[in-house]
Amino acid sequence: MYTLRLIVRNAFRHGLRTALTTLGIVIAVLAFGLLQTVIGAWFAGVDASSATRLITRNAISLIFPLPLSYEERIRAVPGVVATAKANWFGGVYIDKRNFFPQFAVDADAYFKLYPEFVVDAEQFRAFQHDGKGCVVGRKLAQTYGWKLGDAVPLRGTIFPGSWEFVVRAIYRGADDKTDESQFFFHWDYLNERLKKSGPRRANQVGFFLVGIADGNTAAQTSQQIDTLFRNSLAETLTETEKAFLLGFVSMTEAIVVAIRLVSFVIIIIIMAVMANTMAMSARERRAEYATLKAIGFAPPFLAGLLFGESLFIALCGGVLGIAATFPVVHGFGRLMVKLFPVFQLSMATVAMQFAAAALVGLFAVLVPGWNAMRTRIADGLRAVA
Amino acid sequence: MPDLGNAQPLVDIRNLSKSYVRGGQVVPVLRDVTLDVAAGEFVALMGPSGSGKTTLLNLIAGIDKPNGGSLQVDGVDIGALTESELAAWRAASVGFIFQFYNLLPVLTAFENVELPLLLTRLSARERREHVRAALDMVGLSDRASHRPAELSGGQQQRVAIARAIIADPVLLMADEPTGDLDRVSAADVLELMGRLNYELGKTIIMVTHDQRAAQAARRLVHLDKGVLTDQVEAHEG
Repeated sequence: MYTLRLIVRNAFRHGLRTALTTLGIVIAVLAFGLLQTVIGAWFAGVDASSATRLITRNAISLIFPLPLSYEERIRAVPGVVATAKANWFGGVYIDKRNFFPQFAVDADAYFKLYPEFVVDAEQFRAFQHDGKGCVVGRKLAQTYGWKLGDAVPLRGTIFPGSWEFVVRAIYRGADDKTDESQFFFHWDYLNERLKKSGPRRANQVGFFLVGIADGNTAAQTSQQIDTLFRNSLAETLTETEKAFLLGFVSMTEAIVVAIRLVSFVIIIIIMAVMANTMAMSARERRAEYATLKAIGFAPPFLAGLLFGESLFIALCGGVLGIAATFPVVHGFGRLMVKLFPVFQLSMATVAMQFAAAALVGLFAVLVPGWNAMRTRIADGLRAVA
Repeated sequence: MPDLGNAQPLVDIRNLSKSYVRGGQVVPVLRDVTLDVAAGEFVALMGPSGSGKTTLLNLIAGIDKPNGGSLQVDGVDIGALTESELAAWRAASVGFIFQFYNLLPVLTAFENVELPLLLTRLSARERREHVRAALDMVGLSDRASHRPAELSGGQQQRVAIARAIIADPVLLMADEPTGDLDRVSAADVLELMGRLNYELGKTIIMVTHDQRAAQAARRLVHLDKGVLTDQVEAHEG
């Protein structure tokens, strides 16, 4: 208790210096946590993917469709329990800046394969009975103030023209990792319209969602599906949902790497600041360390005082920084909901923040602690504080 | 009053020498010093700046190691001890009184005095009793909860003296104990040190420039350019 008292009092000996150093650590830990959360949000879709869902798309590129007739053959592959078709719509709601994912899907099959999209049964029935109905995510509805029954007009880009929809259901995520910013409407609505406006584009599917019984058979099932269509006009590439989503993330991998690098550089910078603070403190207390050594305290005791003080300041800053991260992530998430529909501070990130603060406290004092241990008593007693 | 008769000397120094390396050159600081200090003596080391008196004090206290000669304190060959053995020996055998007190500013007077007892096996309760007794002896019981910044120079030095005697060391080493004090405070401190020597038989070796401080001692040892030049027995207490 005596030693702990000495450590804490030394930490607050220079109030302003300690306060500013702690503030620096708070900001660094907060920034670190925020950047790690951004990285987490980048991979949110990947983390939410299911091992029992496969995506079958055109092997050349996702922008090329697949024939509708493939679905029956895919469903017949052993291990496949369900299939659903989907097309990326890419329409514009009022302004191009109002981006949100839009899919034409065969809703019954699609929502069965996505149990994490929780829809009220009555609302879903209303959607099923309305050919122009749409199901929107809760966050998306909140963003634009949509309520049940509201009309949502979209201007088609991939599928030109004006498209009218009516909000018939609002889904919520089964957990906080689920994306609640998506927009779904009937695949038949799209297809029927295409039959009139662009027949050559009708009966074409963007990708098939394939449900399998056992996630361990994903590779085998994927291969079987692709074998079915080898040497056809539209060869397929089937992969797990995770691999499919990772493909998108990898396009922006450089950004993710840069963000990760910056987050660690922030910690290294604050480590240098902390090391400077501790070095100043150690220099000022040379005479005290010499006195303690003269009295009979061993060098490790002196190093322990400095380590304790450094760790105390760093962890105070770390805890405050972690506490501040929660409201900041919440606010940032609300601002960036269009870019990051799922923006959550994970416990893994909190643990990393705490570890970063602890490492700052430990590494910053390595050199000053070593020097304190090596202080020659006679030289230290001559030092002017 | 302690008997300074024919007892074995507490501090036995024979042909002691010490030099430092400064800028690649070997600078002798002490040359061939031979000196005895009996238990219960109060010795003042005097001499001009650079005469080696603080170096001699540091060697006797086990803060530094000699290059030549022998140095025994209470039968222990100081020069033969390792660093950790020296630290343990100092904790048990030596009390320090510094010119600038060297109290820890974030600790109260009580906590500063208690510091050396952390190296003993005394319980917290026992430590408290010892500290109260020591502060009582130096007349600062009512200032126990004050930090050094709240004490005068003389009071700080008395706290330092309490810290120096708390573990009941065989030797008290004082380096210019009155160097930073006004005349009245200096007199108080010297009177206290005199009582510690005269009434409790504490052996004190003090470095001082101050003639008035030297009068508190019973033997004056003069050094010049690292050589012991003179020893004078002062009048009794």
